[in-house]
Amino acid sequence: MGDAEIIPIGTRGRPGRGTGSQRPSSAARGLARDSKKVTKPAKSPAIDPPQGSSEAGRGSSSAKTGVETSSTSAVDRGLGGGIPVGDWLAAVNAAALEVFGTDWEPRLAQFLAFLRRRLNGDYVVDEYGFDTEVTERFFMAALRPIAEKWFRIEVRGLENIPTEGGALVVSNHSGTIPVDGLMTMVTTHDRAGRFLRPLGADLVFQLPIVGGLARKGGATLACSEDAERMLRGGELVGVWPEGFKGIGKPYSERYRLQRFGRGGFVSAALRTGVPIIPLSVVGAEEIYPLVGNVPSLARLLGIPYIPITPFFPLLGPLGLVPLPSKWLLEFGEPIRTDDYDENAADDPMLVFNVTDQVRETIQQTLYKLLMERKSVFH
Amino acid sequence: MGRVVLVTGVSRDLGLRFAREIATDPSVDRVIGVDIVPPRGDTAGVDFIRADIRNPVIAKVIVKEEVDTVVHMSVIATPGGVGGRVTMKELNVIGTMQLLAACQRAPGLQHLVVKSTTTVYGASNRDPAMFTEEMDPKRTPSSGYSRDAYEVEGYVRGFARRRPDVRVAMLRAANIIGPDVQSPITHYFKLPVLPTVLGFDPRLQFLHVDDLMAVLRFATLSDSAVGTVNVAGDGVIMLSQAARRLGRTSLPLPSFAVGGLGSVLRRGGLADFSPEQVGFLTFGRGVDTTRMRAEWAFEPQHTTASAFADFVGSLPPGIRAPGHLASADHVLAGLTDQLSGGDARG
Repeated sequence: MGDAEIIPIGTRGRPGRGTGSQRPSSAARGLARDSKKVTKPAKSPAIDPPQGSSEAGRGSSSAKTGVETSSTSAVDRGLGGGIPVGDWLAAVNAAALEVFGTDWEPRLAQFLAFLRRRLNGDYVVDEYGFDTEVTERFFMAALRPIAEKWFRIEVRGLENIPTEGGALVVSNHSGTIPVDGLMTMVTTHDRAGRFLRPLGADLVFQLPIVGGLARKGGATLACSEDAERMLRGGELVGVWPEGFKGIGKPYSERYRLQRFGRGGFVSAALRTGVPIIPLSVVGAEEIYPLVGNVPSLARLLGIPYIPITPFFPLLGPLGLVPLPSKWLLEFGEPIRTDDYDENAADDPMLVFNVTDQVRETIQQTLYKLLMERKSVFH
Repeated sequence: MGRVVLVTGVSRDLGLRFAREIATDPSVDRVIGVDIVPPRGDTAGVDFIRADIRNPVIAKVIVKEEVDTVVHMSVIATPGGVGGRVTMKELNVIGTMQLLAACQRAPGLQHLVVKSTTTVYGASNRDPAMFTEEMDPKRTPSSGYSRDAYEVEGYVRGFARRRPDVRVAMLRAANIIGPDVQSPITHYFKLPVLPTVLGFDPRLQFLHVDDLMAVLRFATLSDSAVGTVNVAGDGVIMLSQAARRLGRTSLPLPSFAVGGLGSVLRRGGLADFSPEQVGFLTFGRGVDTTRMRAEWAFEPQHTTASAFADFVGSLPPGIRAPGHLASADHVLAGLTDQLSGGDARG
């Protein structure tokens, strides 16, 4: 067996194409000239390392010098990992100050206590499944930036929301997805200091995840039993009587109120004697302009409509980002129902009249707000 | 002369326990326990008569023993002990029919107490948050225990119409829970991992077994206890909350998978997942107890939460329970201590 012939691969450090010839090609010579230029300045840091490492070795403030010298050698980088525990603690302290503010220790302790309570199930929900803590800490915190920064909600007539006792907020419904309900909830919580307890369709409670979250957020089924129970309990109840007819209406019919159900909400208010507060929401119509529907597919899936907007399903998940329209909310003057006698709720004509009164008020306020609004987006 | 009380369903824990308790009351002369199989355990103070309530013999017992109070407790939730679903249905429905027929022919009868259940309200997404006694289920139950209870209640109402001289009290009890209660819901909570329905967190309401005994005693002895009344502890807890309090891991599954797993578990004899149980674990249920307080003036000793706490205390702690070394609570408690300790030093 003869020794294998060694075929050189590469240039063994010499400039060239790796053809094995002694003379480098002209292109390689060009490269070599450049590399000479680079190596010259590189010589001076090459002397540095012993100096840098000795500095890191004796200096305790290696975190600072580490930043300056780390680019020069690998030896330094290795030493930079040995940041003293004190510095780490200082950094954690600074980060905590950044996140929680000056009194971070009690705040963090509070947060941990909260976490512990949640993990142990040591909290209270009311009979509708409303979880105050999680609503305030998570749902509201998540929705607040959307309400304030994205839709820039402007509110009028806050003084019409009673500070205590039962009241029924009746609002127009729009926007393909009931975002207007969520925004009204966060606005009443932040500006009026009260939780709005929405009444939802039975479809909401049939859907997994949505149904569970709705109950945790304070919603309950839109039926006369629950509405009256909540109003008697002194809650601020929100109702959207247009229902799916309202949110699922095409964009061309925007700000045109649909039929207000059968006036069940008026009967509930009459029976419990609470005021009805009409709420007009401008802006929600434009977030997902509904331009199409697939009724046959919707029937197949058992849902009221399949939304087709200019961006959904064309852009996929990106089409789910709502358009940043400018929102105006106006709470109207309360309509008192405690003047009527006890049998008023059983008088259909009276119920229809009050329903029409509420509907008209909201419609007129919508027109007024639309006149005031400069454009859709500001 | 004191009362003569006939209690059906004494072969089961709750029936026997109630029979024993009511026997200690001074106003009660005699307690007769009736069931197909003799009770296991202490029957002090209870005369056991082995009789089938599906058989006209029961009428002779009522007349011969001069029974003036019948407490019907043998509407059963699980077919487990008695055989199949067919036997269970027969015991529940035909048994109640026979018993009520016998009661109707008994001239000396003055009081009838029936233990029903809140399961008659069903569980669906169209349920109101709190059922009052006047409300009907949104969907009439089509099968199973809730259907039985629904039919039993119908027969009891019919009996009340035909014998207006008899005081009829019907208790719709929420899920009974307590340290040594054997029921579908306690079996469920004893599973090492709790299968839950994905995306749903039902509201649960419990009645402590001690409160059930107290309310049954009240309904048996007090003349003011008339009509149908919901009985449950105050407040509700969510299933997720219950799992955390137990320190058990929950396993969210789609509802059809929960049903499938349920039939596997049932075959293994571990737990019962009937369709209405799955419905209950999906949508939950709450009942209004205003009438219990206002008309019966009965106040349960336990809330839903404290009844559940009592039940949890009787079980070995779960892996995530507070106090367990591996629990997150342990870590969090340590951190909190550290922080408050830092405060004390600083």
